[in-house]
Amino acid sequence: MRIQVNGRPREVESTTLEALLRELGYEDQKVGTALNQEFVRDRDRDKTLLHEDDVVEIVTPRQGG
Amino acid sequence: MNAHPNAILADPLTLYDAAPRSRLLLGTARYPSPAILAEAVRASACEVVTVSLRREAGGARAGESFWSLVRDTGARVLPNTAGCRTAKEAIATARMAREVFETDWIKLEVIGEEDTLQPDVFGLVEAAKALALDGFKVFPYTTDDLVAAEKLLDAGCEVLMPWAAPIGSGRGVNNAFALRALRAHFPGVPLIVDAGLGAPSHAATAMEMGYDAVLLNTAVARAGDPVAMARAFALAVEAGRLAFLARPMTPRDMAEPSTPVIGRPFGGAA
Repeated sequence: MRIQVNGRPREVESTTLEALLRELGYEDQKVGTALNQEFVRDRDRDKTLLHEDDVVEIVTPRQGG
Repeated sequence: MNAHPNAILADPLTLYDAAPRSRLLLGTARYPSPAILAEAVRASACEVVTVSLRREAGGARAGESFWSLVRDTGARVLPNTAGCRTAKEAIATARMAREVFETDWIKLEVIGEEDTLQPDVFGLVEAAKALALDGFKVFPYTTDDLVAAEKLLDAGCEVLMPWAAPIGSGRGVNNAFALRALRAHFPGVPLIVDAGLGAPSHAATAMEMGYDAVLLNTAVARAGDPVAMARAFALAVEAGRLAFLARPMTPRDMAEPSTPVIGRPFGGAA
């Protein structure tokens, strides 16, 4: 399935957000997630289904002003 | 009230559920190194630092090491929604920040214009309303517009953060009249000057005007010696606050001798 992750098109196998994080190597990292500009809670990722052309954001702490 | 030398100790700042002893809030970006950032935070004695969320590739772990460095400083974090262009983006970013940083504090930024990074106060009010309803303690980065400030308070904000000048510009207080009007109009609201300060004297100016605190980043991070500059800002903020409490004299147009005139030798007939 073709989706967009952090601004880049990607071909992925996962069908849930939880599985996507594992597929992309975020497994044990503390990340924030959004799907199509809506926040998805950590505990909802396993039941959040991915669809063609979905837009996913995966973020971590960074320096800020 | 007389400003006793220790007045600053009996003059707590309240930001929602916190009472930080320092009236300086510091950003964590643009330092020469993580070690210098940590040292600058310590030198400033600030108790609140701003942080953000950014995209990261799986396994990169830059975020993790930054987060662990910030935690070690012991400062409370104020996550921002920097770079968000719409209320929708800012709301989603705030919710991600609440989960990642485990705080309901959010420095809300909705940027409306690229060259000045001027807040879009319409989007800001919209996002502030939604986030306050969702239980966030919102610190809105806003302009010095009085009406926008009023609407942010109506939206549920209990702190306001007007700009002094555009982010990273180091220009100091651009519009003293507007900031004075804001201070006079909202005497009971914690007001933090956020953005645009370049030198400790700028911070002292804002504090002398009665602002409750200042938030800055670039002025410290991009100084030749960020650690020394962090300390300089801390001193300026404290001096400015003490000066405000001490009530500065009223300026005059003409000179007034400070040395007594009566009894001056060669002063003619007594």
